[in-house]
Amino acid sequence: MDAGYPGTVILKDVCFEVKRGEVFILLGGSGCGKSTIMKHMIGLNPVLAGTLTVAGMEWNRRNRAALCRKIGVMYQSGALFGSMNLLQNVMLPLEEFTRLKRREREEKARELLARVDLADAAAKMPSEISGGMKKRAAIARAMALDPEILFLDEPSAGLDPITSSALDDLILKLKEEQHMTFVVVTHELPSIFKIADRAAMFDKARHGMIALGDPRELKASSKDPFVLNFFNRGEIHG
Amino acid sequence: MTVSLGRWAVARHRAFGQLCAFLGETFVEGLGMLLRPRRFRFGDAALAFERACTDGLPITILIGLLLGLILAFESAATLQRFGAEVYVADMITIALFRELGPLITAVVLAGRSGSAFAAEIGTMKVDEELDALTTMGLPPVRFLVMPRVMAAMLAMPVLTVCAELAGIIGGAFVLRIMGVPLSVFCAHAVKMSSVFMLAFGLGKGALFGLLVGFIGCLAGMRTKNTADGVGVAATSAVVGGIVAIAVTDGLLAVICYVWGI
Repeated sequence: MDAGYPGTVILKDVCFEVKRGEVFILLGGSGCGKSTIMKHMIGLNPVLAGTLTVAGMEWNRRNRAALCRKIGVMYQSGALFGSMNLLQNVMLPLEEFTRLKRREREEKARELLARVDLADAAAKMPSEISGGMKKRAAIARAMALDPEILFLDEPSAGLDPITSSALDDLILKLKEEQHMTFVVVTHELPSIFKIADRAAMFDKARHGMIALGDPRELKASSKDPFVLNFFNRGEIHG
Repeated sequence: MTVSLGRWAVARHRAFGQLCAFLGETFVEGLGMLLRPRRFRFGDAALAFERACTDGLPITILIGLLLGLILAFESAATLQRFGAEVYVADMITIALFRELGPLITAVVLAGRSGSAFAAEIGTMKVDEELDALTTMGLPPVRFLVMPRVMAAMLAMPVLTVCAELAGIIGGAFVLRIMGVPLSVFCAHAVKMSSVFMLAFGLGKGALFGLLVGFIGCLAGMRTKNTADGVGVAATSAVVGGIVAIAVTDGLLAVICYVWGI
């Protein structure tokens, strides 16, 4: 597919497949189009050319409702609803899309919050919690409808290394327990090497995907100067 | 020059397209709400109503009262020369019930609630909350716009009645100072008012409320992700709301004149 916005092609001829149950990383420098690709994948923007299939379906008006049930998204800021506490945030999708009774919804929401270690913060408002807690609460909300695929936009951005590492552990725990597929946008190398099964790397200058595979193998065997530079920079800083 | 004109035309064309799409989506959601009322978020609408109506009541009553006082003072000064100050009651009643009551209340609503709607939705857009709603399969128009538009539409008639009554009280107070008995003022006011006139004013108020709510929410949904994005959205909600109210009021005045209402 071609990725971008109407009138602006950012990435051309992008082609990859995410396998069920893996953690797949969209990787690259700032402004290379990682988040744009994710916006196509979660149905916020239509692809400019080509086809994109998510959970066996294309994004269109007819499939939208069904596809929305199959995916969960955690945004960079968390995007929790400021007028609701954490419990209400997690209960919202259950309220709208399930026939569960209020008590059952609340039970499930509390269970989800407990799974991300936020059981004690259920009554707190998003403005009262830290960035890392917001992201964990957003993951709990994204998991409310038991999606097949979880999309995470820059989960480590703005977090200290310890919180970031804890979030990576949470992703691995959920992957193990829920057998969920993760698509993660990030450029944090420690996170990538810790959680990724495979990664696709994009380059702004070449307007396309330049590498696809296990990031450890890419680092060890890639001949591409951009790929090597990207990973070696991580060795210095990471 | 030609290039800038072309860019301006394309931007206007795009904005008009967005307006039509938003209008269509709101209309469809409104119809859907009528067919399946359970989908309507009554709690959110009640909260928006409380903020627009209950919280806005003191300022609306104050403005209405002052409007009545000013109208009475200005007109009484002239009419007194002809010994006709008692007709101030007639004038105030007609002016407030038909025109100024709904108009001034709508301007207050645009300033208070239109800007608040734009700022709330705009902040949510900047914080990616609208994207979150969309990817959850919840249309932001149903979730955020419909409750606010409905709240503004219902708040306006209530606020309009309060502003009109406050204006009448203000006018009565001035005439009482000028020596006109309260009973005479009330008799003239009742004689000049009719159920049709009251209903017309309230209907106009509801229409203005719809416009204020719609334009406020539209401005919020179109907020740009920049440092001043939310501020610009709030400003455009107020300006757009007031312009829409003035234009609609003008059109209604012409229609009433043509139809002899």
